[in-house]
Amino acid sequence: MIKTDAIIIGAGPTGMFAAHQLGIIGLKCEIIDNLDRAGGQCIELYPDKPIYDIPAIPECTGEELTNSLLKQIKPFKANFHLGQRVEEIKQENNLWSLKTNKGNIFSAPNVIIAGGVGSFEPRKLTIKEAEKFEGSQIFYSVTNKDLFKNKKIIIFGGGDSALDWALELSKKNEITLVHRRTEFRGAAHTLSEIKQKEKDGKILVKTPYNLKSIEGDKTMTGIEIENEDGSLEKINADYILSFFGLIMKLGPIAEWGLNIDKKTIPVNTETFETNKKGIFAIGDICTYPGKLKLILSGFHEGALAARACFKRAKPNEIYRFEFTTASKSIHDRLGVKK
Amino acid sequence: MPKITYISHDGKKNTIEVPNGLSVMEGALQNNIEGIDADCGGSMACATCHVYVSENWFDKIEKIHDAEQDMLDMAYEPKKNSRLSCQIIVSSDLDGLEVVTPLKQT
Repeated sequence: MIKTDAIIIGAGPTGMFAAHQLGIIGLKCEIIDNLDRAGGQCIELYPDKPIYDIPAIPECTGEELTNSLLKQIKPFKANFHLGQRVEEIKQENNLWSLKTNKGNIFSAPNVIIAGGVGSFEPRKLTIKEAEKFEGSQIFYSVTNKDLFKNKKIIIFGGGDSALDWALELSKKNEITLVHRRTEFRGAAHTLSEIKQKEKDGKILVKTPYNLKSIEGDKTMTGIEIENEDGSLEKINADYILSFFGLIMKLGPIAEWGLNIDKKTIPVNTETFETNKKGIFAIGDICTYPGKLKLILSGFHEGALAARACFKRAKPNEIYRFEFTTASKSIHDRLGVKK
Repeated sequence: MPKITYISHDGKKNTIEVPNGLSVMEGALQNNIEGIDADCGGSMACATCHVYVSENWFDKIEKIHDAEQDMLDMAYEPKKNSRLSCQIIVSSDLDGLEVVTPLKQT
């Protein structure tokens, strides 16, 4: 079991800056995120897109913001627990005990939920039968590409993931690439490689087609796809890979007894505490009159939540407000060398 | 004020007055219209405000950009007349617009 002062759920910009604010006032924290890297929506949805409304940073990309925040919180040595989702939360006296889907257990007087719109999950195929074969013949990510050796594979999607895997797997497999329109969205060199492979007969490209049905009882034998003009075509397949990006799901948070209003958690704007003592919500996931879903608002919310955490983490100490420019103890925490 | 009609996948109609300058997505959210999630809040990053626009209206709306088209690839069952409602800005020209929300967004 990992004991700490505060557990932050969500490693997006808001969660990371909350870790900074906790660190500044001398509190320790652990950060948990379902994604396998820090950055949240910034890194997952718009790593290359510019952001223009971070105070004092005229322009930066989602990835640059993530990297800057990682650098800014480095002195505090917050531990990241990535690729896992908090499934359970239990109260034990004044402490909250959290358990992730990887079986890790955490205990702290404070929990800060900075979960954005929820955890990211792959968007799945919409045909009902897809569920039956998920994990055996239908996949939304590739963890073991050897599984596919010398097999017939159908890849769905028109973005980088679909194109990159089509190229990679075409070395040892028969690939059919199916997309709903004729244009693909990918790097220029990727697109030209796909064209070349198509010419060489290594990749069969099917556009504009959508999935119509999945065939097979115990094992999937193939699929039927439908052209935009309504004509149907059958394709045999051993495996389907589908890359339709990510969706956000609130997930288990909805079952923790917190007040929830339209997928967001109402908070007290003095402390950002929820209806549960010691559980705070900041960033996109919290709501209050006048709430703006901006990164800069998340930063402010994290600063106040961190101060509120202090009282619960160190009930016998008095919190003193200090400026980072002048405080010797903050400089020590930051590792500033004179 | 322009009237926008939101039609659910099973045909339920909801006509709302939406001020000029708001997006069709915002009009739905502010009036608790079901069927539009808008998880990313209108930054064209999630495809959960996806709607179908009837053919006679489709050409009257400002043309679809590549980035929106790319995002629609991720939407739930996109069709030729699919749009992201966060990218349709309400104006007097769109008075009477009808959009159909898909069975679901995710």
